[in-house]
Amino acid sequence: MTNAPSLLIQELAFAYPDGNQALFGVNLRVERGERVALLGPNGAGKTTLVMHMNGIHPAEHGSVSVAGEVIDTQDKELLRRIRGKVGVVFQDPDDQLFMPTVGEDIAFGPYNMGLRGAELDAAVDEALALVHMSEYKDRPPHHLSFGQRRRVAVATVLAMKPEILVLDEPSSNLDPASRRELADILRSLDITMVMVTHDLPYAYELCARSVILKGGVIVADGSTHAILTDSALLEANRLELPVGFSIQ
Amino acid sequence: MAVLAFIIVSVSTPITQWQAFIAYFLAIFIVSLIAKIPTPTLLVRSLIEIPFIFFAILMPFFGTGERFEIGPLNLYRESLLAAAGIVLKGTLGVLSAVVLSTTTTARELLRGLEKLRLPKLMVQIATFMLRYVNVISDEMNRMKIARESRGFIATGLKDWKVLATAASALFIRSYERGERVHLAMLSRGYTGNLPEDYTKAAPLKAWLQGMALPLFALSILISTTVIG
Repeated sequence: MTNAPSLLIQELAFAYPDGNQALFGVNLRVERGERVALLGPNGAGKTTLVMHMNGIHPAEHGSVSVAGEVIDTQDKELLRRIRGKVGVVFQDPDDQLFMPTVGEDIAFGPYNMGLRGAELDAAVDEALALVHMSEYKDRPPHHLSFGQRRRVAVATVLAMKPEILVLDEPSSNLDPASRRELADILRSLDITMVMVTHDLPYAYELCARSVILKGGVIVADGSTHAILTDSALLEANRLELPVGFSIQ
Repeated sequence: MAVLAFIIVSVSTPITQWQAFIAYFLAIFIVSLIAKIPTPTLLVRSLIEIPFIFFAILMPFFGTGERFEIGPLNLYRESLLAAAGIVLKGTLGVLSAVVLSTTTTARELLRGLEKLRLPKLMVQIATFMLRYVNVISDEMNRMKIARESRGFIATGLKDWKVLATAASALFIRSYERGERVHLAMLSRGYTGNLPEDYTKAAPLKAWLQGMALPLFALSILISTTVIG
């Protein structure tokens, strides 16, 4: 188990029930402790791929394994374990925070994993401390700023002590200070991370490695530095660095 | 639940036992004092009752049966009694509901319902409603501002089409949000139960305190029936 990659995706293909095929054979291997940026234009299949990482979508063709275990969506017990290992932070924190208070929301995941009582409280407090939101435990989510809600959304997942943290557009809609605060938090976590983003400077800041997904296949995989300095590759995949931003 | 019991007891008291109603009002007032609710707040919040009272006040002027006169007014005895009953009982109900809603947060109410063995699904739906009512009303406001920014002002019947379209868009958006929330719940291992660890079992003392008001009302009902 110790040598197994955190995430191993092999020849994964998937079509939606309406016939729209989103993935055409994706191969991706993420080692333990790696931070990988998943880049790609809108409609490339990034979100669909994320939905496979914790077994929301079943693998129709190919396989997805997490820490050496192959996901089988029929096996409910396994699925519960996988969802404890793969923490997905969704793009809109209002979708993620559905309980009446911040504390209860963070308790939701670990509760489903079977924690109770003092252990549950400890998991909640620890996750809140990691994102510097301890004083907001009893507040309802709609009283928080967007940046704070995003941080709480990260905490809801961290409370489950996942093997991999998957973030969907973590920097979207954040003001610059919230964006930096979140980056500091993410950097401080000792965890495997897959970050779906269009924010190339953010990927450069946080992830040593990047992969580009386009048209349902991985078209590039390498160091973030190499990928972001290859302007022809970026242009071919509808990716652009912000004006005035350059990487030596 | 205590509020419900109190309302049931007071509604089932015949209006002719007017002494009982004085005692009920006193009891509510004492409870609100104990709960440290300022009396003006209590009164302002119970103004919601006025439209209902309005119709009750009209009742004595229309009706059948025995008539009698108070000054210039010519009233029907039975309707007067019925109207008085509606006004008094309605006011009692509203006052007790106001006491409940002022002292108890919506969240605690839901926990209470859960403890009273209301079906889990209903409590969960109410919990989500509580969480998302703000999100959806914000969305509605944003859509309204977006409409008006493009020169739309609802003036009459002809604009209903636009408003209906907006309402259906809002409905679809809420539906889609529901899907996304469900996905987010599944991703964190949702299997049909919301955490209930944070609720504590109500001690006997709390039950007794809660039931004190309806029990008091019940004893008054019994004693006035026996005496009267």
